[in-house]
Amino acid sequence: MTHDVKKHEDGMSTATATKAPHGDLSGGHHAPGRVGGGLFDPKQLIKSFPDAVKKLDPRVMIKSPVMFVVLIGSVVTTVLAVKNPGDWFGWAITVWLWLTTIFANLAEAVAEGRGKAQADTLRKAKTDTVARRLIGRNEERVPGTELRIGDLVVCEAGDIIPGDGDVVEGVASVDESAITGESAPVIRESGGDRCAVTGGTKVLSDRVVVKITTKPGETFIDRMINLVEGASRQKTPNEIALNILLASLTIVFLLAVVTLKPFAIYAGADKQTSMIVLTALLVCLIPTTIGALLSAIGIAGMDRLVQRNVLAMSGRAVEAAGDVSTLLLDKTGTITLGNRQASEFVPVKGTTEAELADAAQLSSLADETPEGRSIVVLAKEKYGLRERHQGELAHATWIEFTAQTRMSGVDVDGRQTRKGATGSVVAWVREQGGTVADDAETLTDRISQAGGTPLLVAVKDDKGARVLGVIHLKDVVKEGMRERFDELRRMGIRTVMITGDNPLTAKAIAEEAGVDDFLAEATPEDKMALIKREQAGGKLVAMTGDGTNDAPALAQADVGVAMNTGTSAAKEAGNMVDLDSNPTKLIEIVEIGKQLLITRGALTTFSIANDVAKYFAIIPAMFAVAYPSLDKLNIMGLASPESAILSAVIFNALIIIALVPLALKGVRYRPSSADSMLRRNLGIYGLGGLVAPFIGIKIIDLLLSLIPGIG
Amino acid sequence: MSPVLAGVLQLLALIVALGLSYRPLGDYMAKVYSSEKHYKPEKWIYKAIGANANTEMRWPAYLRGVLAFSAVSVLFLYLLQRVQGSLPGSLGFVSIDPDQAFNTAASFVANTNWQSYYGEQAMGHVVQTGGLAVQNFVSAAVGMAVAVALVRGFARSRTGELGNFWSDLVRGTVRILLPISVIGALVLVACGAIQNFAGIHEVGQFMGGAQQWNGGAVASQEVIKELGTNGGGYFNANSAHPFENPNPLSNLFEIYLILVIPFALTRTFGRMVGSIKQGYAILGTMATIWVVFTGLMMWTEFAHNGPAFDLAGGAMEGKETRFGIGGSSLFAVATTLTSTGAVNSFHSSYTGFGGGITMLGMQLGEIAPGGVGSGLYGMLIMAVIAVFIAGLMVGRTPEYLGKKIGTREIKFAACYILITPALVLCFTAVAMALDTPSNSMTNSGAHGFSEILYAYTSGANNNGSAFAGLNADTQWFNSTIGIAMLLGRFLPMVFVLALAGSLAEQTPVPETAGTLRTEKPLFTGLLVGTIMIITGLTYFPALALGPLAEGLAA
Repeated sequence: MTHDVKKHEDGMSTATATKAPHGDLSGGHHAPGRVGGGLFDPKQLIKSFPDAVKKLDPRVMIKSPVMFVVLIGSVVTTVLAVKNPGDWFGWAITVWLWLTTIFANLAEAVAEGRGKAQADTLRKAKTDTVARRLIGRNEERVPGTELRIGDLVVCEAGDIIPGDGDVVEGVASVDESAITGESAPVIRESGGDRCAVTGGTKVLSDRVVVKITTKPGETFIDRMINLVEGASRQKTPNEIALNILLASLTIVFLLAVVTLKPFAIYAGADKQTSMIVLTALLVCLIPTTIGALLSAIGIAGMDRLVQRNVLAMSGRAVEAAGDVSTLLLDKTGTITLGNRQASEFVPVKGTTEAELADAAQLSSLADETPEGRSIVVLAKEKYGLRERHQGELAHATWIEFTAQTRMSGVDVDGRQTRKGATGSVVAWVREQGGTVADDAETLTDRISQAGGTPLLVAVKDDKGARVLGVIHLKDVVKEGMRERFDELRRMGIRTVMITGDNPLTAKAIAEEAGVDDFLAEATPEDKMALIKREQAGGKLVAMTGDGTNDAPALAQADVGVAMNTGTSAAKEAGNMVDLDSNPTKLIEIVEIGKQLLITRGALTTFSIANDVAKYFAIIPAMFAVAYPSLDKLNIMGLASPESAILSAVIFNALIIIALVPLALKGVRYRPSSADSMLRRNLGIYGLGGLVAPFIGIKIIDLLLSLIPGIG
Repeated sequence: MSPVLAGVLQLLALIVALGLSYRPLGDYMAKVYSSEKHYKPEKWIYKAIGANANTEMRWPAYLRGVLAFSAVSVLFLYLLQRVQGSLPGSLGFVSIDPDQAFNTAASFVANTNWQSYYGEQAMGHVVQTGGLAVQNFVSAAVGMAVAVALVRGFARSRTGELGNFWSDLVRGTVRILLPISVIGALVLVACGAIQNFAGIHEVGQFMGGAQQWNGGAVASQEVIKELGTNGGGYFNANSAHPFENPNPLSNLFEIYLILVIPFALTRTFGRMVGSIKQGYAILGTMATIWVVFTGLMMWTEFAHNGPAFDLAGGAMEGKETRFGIGGSSLFAVATTLTSTGAVNSFHSSYTGFGGGITMLGMQLGEIAPGGVGSGLYGMLIMAVIAVFIAGLMVGRTPEYLGKKIGTREIKFAACYILITPALVLCFTAVAMALDTPSNSMTNSGAHGFSEILYAYTSGANNNGSAFAGLNADTQWFNSTIGIAMLLGRFLPMVFVLALAGSLAEQTPVPETAGTLRTEKPLFTGLLVGTIMIITGLTYFPALALGPLAEGLAA
């Protein structure tokens, strides 16, 4: 099937979060080299607030060790504030610590909220269906939920297919818009690679018998709902590792703060280091920014895929996508347009190009294949030959193109014109008693070597049968692919083109498209062997596939994207499903994976770099009384110890909210080398993380000092 | 020549000397640890200790070797001190008390060489030469062995085997430390350090009265004291003593000995992982921190104002006039940025900032360039942490030298960076909270706090230098610092070897344009930043209450 690739200039920026998941989102590829950001609407913060409060449950909070420490801190300061209700400072710190905790939950709630809206729309598709189960020859009506694997059900026009399965009998057109958002119906037929049907989709015409392949509750729609809702979300390996590092940093800072108390008592700063102040210091030092946003980043990453109509079965797969170093791309439909097209007419000696073009066009009128059409189009575009119609020529005998004769043509006014595969036309000329020009063979060889397909044009008239020339058919590489591959190369990703063509043809197309390597005359076994070879060298491999024979390779690949049009075996084997069935999207998936990891790293760096400024706010506030010299560390010139500590705590809380949009949208990503990416991100999030809190804390302090009694 | 210029010239001379030995020594050590061949004397040693030097060890076996050897060493050294009174050649010194004997045994086996005893008044020839000096060699060789095991973890794939501990231990001693020590001892003797087995001399003084001077195998112990980043002086005055460190030339040579192996090991690392440039990046990180610290130290010591300081040309209290501020600052930074702990001046007398620089140097984990072996593995752990945080920013799950830094790897690295801060801060806090330990302080206020903070910083990081001023020969300090030294040495090794094992099992990831380039200056800068922020910030509050409060007051 060919897929209409719609181009969107700017990804999803016009969609809104609450819109149906696949409403008007096309799976088309975006302006090359840019992963469109997600979306963020400040109203979501308010809407998700109740969910955020619900997440204060300690059993939920303990999953994030950093935020759990903040929760405990909030409880401790609350108790202290209640015991000493006259202390405005204690209350202020308490309120802001609680806000810090809630802001963190809010980030997660907003990220999840977007998935929930999408899940709701999907649920509507999952209405209770009545299945027509076949028992022998008889039909019985049972609820869809009672179906078991292996049951046969009948679906006729108007029926909702009750569960996932394969068509075992008949052919039907099916409306899959509930899942894919694509309103054009698709054909599903028994046997071959177009047999899979999904529960919840609607049969529009004809009748099919479907063999159920999944249990109710585990169908594709059920899994989709779980995925977008985040119900089955598990922490990914990198997320777990990051959590370990954050936990150990938390312990280090916990030790630094706890041990500070005896030091302070010795220094004579017992009063200035109250439990409330120490708790405030601890919360400021531990990496709350990344701790608060970590899970939101993960959820948002999956969500960005969903918005592009790709379902990742696990977060692990999304992470792996960022690490992919080899992309296996099918030639047809991914690198080249579906069909070969005529690109030039090459006449033999003694024939003019115009003469050849005229004969080629005439002989192709009866050829309805895309190749045949392209000859007519070329003749019109390049030689200005008006397209003639079969009816215009009276007394003409049309010879239709068939797979057996591999030739088409026309007999008109005693002149026979033929066009077709080299072998067939040479045979025809000889049969008619003509001779094949010497240079015809040289021409066809030249075209073959260039990766093209030569077609011969011959004519028989009063001068006898003879070859006029050659039509050069070639694969047309999609626009912009070379640039895309260059970008991938800069990102360190190797592209391998997979094709059933012979090595000669494959090489020529590979060179034209700019891929790094190709696999010609590829069988499923070859593909599998290639993946294993790459993996043995430590590389991660991504591929797309749709047929049942792709299934082993899809399962073996680190990122296996199954086309939604494909068989259920393929969908089961892969770890992602592209609902648009657009193989080019593999490149975007890789970019989304990378963007997810970059966002995580950038916010971690930012979070840790923030600590420097907080020390400069809090240390002089605590110890300038005991050691007046330490007031020199108050380089921000903060108004009073209380306002300094409070400003640091407020900054620490507000920065979480300020970064929620970034966590959800992801850091801006442009394909480039690791070096330039690191330089850029280190500049923004490393240096920025050092400087930003100095400015932020100072501003908050200025505002606070306006309040009477603080400054 | 002004003292400042003299200091700068000494620094430049040192850099040139280290630069000249970097390649040959680094390459030689790589060859030593990669060679298949055993020398004759080595085979005798293997036979004597009953070790099979040809089997490959996985990380638990390697660790068992390290721990078993060190446990036996502690026990032997403890007993040797306990029976000193009945041994011949002990200059008539009595046996050492249990708590001090434990402290000293732990200290020398842990490559710390914290000394709560006065060498010339407590240890005879047998303990000094047969016990302490032996540990100076082998404890250093253990550190190098563990570092090499980690390097093999990066270099090897799909195996999990890290080499043979016994072979690494013996080769490090026989082929690296011994030959350099022989040459180094001759140089020191030529400079005027003493080398004999003489008894105690009574020497009359100008002002009347008499002083007792020991002889001893000083030069030979001095050279391994520096070369093996040990630091335990023959005499209490350590490298400030003229028998140990007679003149500016010997002083510069000793600093060179302290730094030469730790810096050159980065070359060994580069060679063994197959990329010299990776070694340069680590060298660059170490050298940057070392040069900046030395510069700051000289600046704060020279810049100290006041009539007395101006007359002396800077903060000369506690420094030897024959070394001056330049030679003392160079020594102080070199000794605290490595795990040496030898001193040629009294760190307690440095300016507030100067004392802070020595403490921060140790608190960074002694990785610039760090102790022999321990500096390299400490720095590689920080590189793993830096790669993990910043590596994500290039859009791949982090990898270093082709190895993925996943959950297991980060778990070990995170545990490693937890240990020393936990030991330093907890012991210091408890000591401050209790009454007895704080009685040992000889100063009040911020300086008094610095004394205790320094003691545990020095112990847990296996430095061994003392701030001076603190009376550390109490049961409390002997025991707690002894524990801090042992845990601070061997717990990190557990995680280093576990990490090495996990790395060696991996299939390497090929380098592409999308890989974080860890051999570039950008990464060096990132690594310096990570070290300063992560370990530096851990100690910021404590440092603020000690050296910073003092330094800013001046």
